Amino acid sequence: MEFVKDLISIRDLEKKHIDLILKKSFEMEQALKENKKLSSLGGKVVATLFFEPSTRTRLSFQSAAMRLGAKVLSFENVGASSIVKGETFSDTIRMVDGYSDLIVVRHANEGSARYAAQLADHPVINGGDGGNQHPTQTLLDLYTIKRAKKRIEGLNVTLLGDLKHARTMRSLMHGLGMYGANITLIAPKGLEMSREVIEEVKDRFGAKVEEKSKMEFSGASVLYLCRIQKERFSDQYEAEKVQKEFRITADTIKGVKDDLIIMHPLPKVDEVAPEVDQSKYAYYYEQARMGIPVRMAIMDSMVV
Amino acid sequence: MPLVVEKIENGTVIDHIPAGLGLKVLEILKIDRTYGARVALMMNVPSKKIGKKDIVKVEGKQLDEKAVNRIALVAPNATLNIIRKANVVEKKVVQLPKELLGVSKCPNPQCITNLEPIVTIFRMENSKSSKYRCGFCEMAFEANELLL
Repeated sequence: MEFVKDLISIRDLEKKHIDLILKKSFEMEQALKENKKLSSLGGKVVATLFFEPSTRTRLSFQSAAMRLGAKVLSFENVGASSIVKGETFSDTIRMVDGYSDLIVVRHANEGSARYAAQLADHPVINGGDGGNQHPTQTLLDLYTIKRAKKRIEGLNVTLLGDLKHARTMRSLMHGLGMYGANITLIAPKGLEMSREVIEEVKDRFGAKVEEKSKMEFSGASVLYLCRIQKERFSDQYEAEKVQKEFRITADTIKGVKDDLIIMHPLPKVDEVAPEVDQSKYAYYYEQARMGIPVRMAIMDSMVV
Repeated sequence: MPLVVEKIENGTVIDHIPAGLGLKVLEILKIDRTYGARVALMMNVPSKKIGKKDIVKVEGKQLDEKAVNRIALVAPNATLNIIRKANVVEKKVVQLPKELLGVSKCPNPQCITNLEPIVTIFRMENSKSSKYRCGFCEMAFEANELLL
């Protein structure tokens, strides 16, 4: 089965596309475990253009490309590229399109990856476009859940944190809705998930979405956290208060389901107490590791 | 006493514009003081359908699809009367199109279309609503929110 030509938004994907990636990610994970030498991107060049800082996404894409036999082109930071001379985004994309066979792009402006895909002949993968989409993160989140719980459908998944600004959460809502998970949203006042996103997921997939304002997740099988973005608050005292109230500690996870997994897209700052990292519930480091097989599966599925 | 406005010979009459938006329609049609032919703008005319309305009459102006789509964004129930030799030869109600190509700027300042020379595209969310989603930044807007 064919995957999409460019991976720009989770909205562009049908369930069959995601199923393909979930299946192939498992195969990639097995191949990595067995130290198999893979070469589906042998002789190809993958360009990773990160106009914005990134650690996990950039490094995992580069590692995944190399593990498939590709060579990687990259600029370490925007300051060392022609962008400082005023080169436009479109010129950079056109130029890199001539140097590579696949482009991974992260840029601060929303819609930039879609535009890059319009300009480039080669496939483009969105590594995050402003506050809009981060589809490869969503695919790795869905894979992590499926791998840990064997299913997504009917699973109680709680999303907690700054649901207003986190692009990860918006894309994930879409993926969870598509697979029929029961979604619970917990957010501080003013940082709730946008009404438009909730309505869209309900309309398109008939998803069950519940909103709560208290830290209550006794029925959850998956607790997905994201950072409270303190820089969004004008009053730092208020930010600290909210951060404390929504922090995950040994106390807040008392009474949770025995098989709960706690996920986080990372980087985490202080929204999770260090003792939770040591608990059996912490699954975020495992989740981060899934970045490699999932991104391998994505690149392997694209026509390069 | 009813307001009497001279008939136009050839051109377009745009009726049922929501009151106060007639000037916006003139702006969409790019009609300013340099336009040589006859133009009439009637504001706050009583209307059975919408209470109060504006009407625009423009001599010598044929509207292309882009202009009609732009008018639909501010006046989704407007009627266009095409005039030839002082007679109405065609009457049509504007409709919000399913797709707006290069018609409007994206209201999201962070959208790449506001930084690079890109032809914008907005697609109607569904036939029940008048919401459009930007084909680039994926944000949804009400038709009247789209900047013209």
